[in-house]
Amino acid sequence: MGGRDATMVLLDENGVRCDGRKVDETRRIMIKAGGLKNADGSAYIEFGDNKILVGVFGPRDVHPKHMSNTDTGILRVRYHMEPFSVGERKNPAPSRREIEISKVIKEALEPAVMLEKFPRTAVDVFIEVLQADGGTRCAALSAASVALADAGIPMRDMVAAVAAGKVADTVILDVNNEEDQAGQADMPIGYMPNLEKITLLQLDGVLTPEEYKKCVDVGVKGCKIVYDLQKKALNDKYFGNGGD
Amino acid sequence: MTSTSVIDELKKSQILELLEQGKRIDGRALDESREISIETNAIPKANGSARVRLGETEVICGVKIQPDRPFPDTGDKGLFICTAELLPLSHPTVETGPPQPPVIELARVVDRGIRESHMIDVSQLVIEKDKSVIGVFADNVVVDYDGNLFDACSYAATAALLTSKTPKWNWVDEKPTLAEGEETDLPISTIPVSVTMGKIGNHIIVDPNGDEWESMDARVTITSDSDGNICALQKGGSDGFSQDEINQCGEIAVRVGAKIREKLKAAQTGSQ
Repeated sequence: MGGRDATMVLLDENGVRCDGRKVDETRRIMIKAGGLKNADGSAYIEFGDNKILVGVFGPRDVHPKHMSNTDTGILRVRYHMEPFSVGERKNPAPSRREIEISKVIKEALEPAVMLEKFPRTAVDVFIEVLQADGGTRCAALSAASVALADAGIPMRDMVAAVAAGKVADTVILDVNNEEDQAGQADMPIGYMPNLEKITLLQLDGVLTPEEYKKCVDVGVKGCKIVYDLQKKALNDKYFGNGGD
Repeated sequence: MTSTSVIDELKKSQILELLEQGKRIDGRALDESREISIETNAIPKANGSARVRLGETEVICGVKIQPDRPFPDTGDKGLFICTAELLPLSHPTVETGPPQPPVIELARVVDRGIRESHMIDVSQLVIEKDKSVIGVFADNVVVDYDGNLFDACSYAATAALLTSKTPKWNWVDEKPTLAEGEETDLPISTIPVSVTMGKIGNHIIVDPNGDEWESMDARVTITSDSDGNICALQKGGSDGFSQDEINQCGEIAVRVGAKIREKLKAAQTGSQ
């Protein structure tokens, strides 16, 4: 996925990033709860130039049947990118990257969803990345949480997510595509603000032990910003004027 | 890896009960990894290889080095690719066929740990810029399973790479041509060490064995480099970590990793 040689100025002398943001600033985030007619719950997120749609079905019968669990419901997540979502056309078949991301998002959501209330059923989360611009897994996870809540599925908390990272030896919040490609480190974080639990965490890039701690801290603070927007999205749909 | 395998509920509660007393089912300290044995040059036909046992988990890694075409956007860099596969003989629940998500995750996490540490200086693996580069392929096969494949595969690949000899190719008549008898070590810049920690209840344990693996609520794999910096991380499993736990895991990974790095270095020296 390209080299890490900085050919552009990722952080100028005034602490301004390549897209004009400050180090601790997220991109523009817009989350909308609902929107799909047939899904039991849905959400749409624009996170910078990322555009992601999530639909949730269930709890419903499990097919194939052998996947069902008599003790608990199961969560299934598919993260999928459209062929037109990236610069060069992407093969529509699920890549190894997409399979891995599906798995980490599933495991990030599982602690939040009270699956044990619905034995022998499945909750399916379908994530479709319509346009990608760095940080899709975090945006997708944030939207998936809203979609699950919109489906009325009992949850302990919502998972909010954003990446922290390092460019020009500085820890930053919300890594965009350029910063991911040319920067020094990318650390996606998913966090449940009420339970104070990190449920998604990955890192690539080199960090000193001090930077590592700072990245986690900056990421967790960022997640709290996203969490407020998730709540607002649900509020707008169910208590605001924009309800369907 | 073997999410379908069954562990006795009794064993699970025994593991947790022991942890409440600060003990582990196999007598190890919480931050103690199992015994690691590393046999290098196990596969002489490979350019480098290692057979690693981590407790009773056993992995063989073979490194193949051969000319390849560079990626279009990185014509000035060689290739490094690391894979991992579970052989059907490694566990009764492993089936043949396309890899399942846990195995795909395993391969990608092992690859990422080594890649992000910049262990192999791929800029030195260019035969002719934009046309031909050297590809380094480290393929792991799991032959016996007892938990924690992430670290076993990572150590096997690292040991195999540390002891690999790369042939030399010259660019002659628009194609790479082998220069006979000119073998060198790979350009190594650091030694990455991955340390996987499991969370059971509120306890963090290093290098979970097979039974502990089945009992874990969550896990985290952290790779550190020779400078004690952290270069890759992957959280997995159906629970979360507190911020304090994640910080603590970072410290454990660097500390335990430093000890394991010495073993990898010894395996490298021993093979020469």
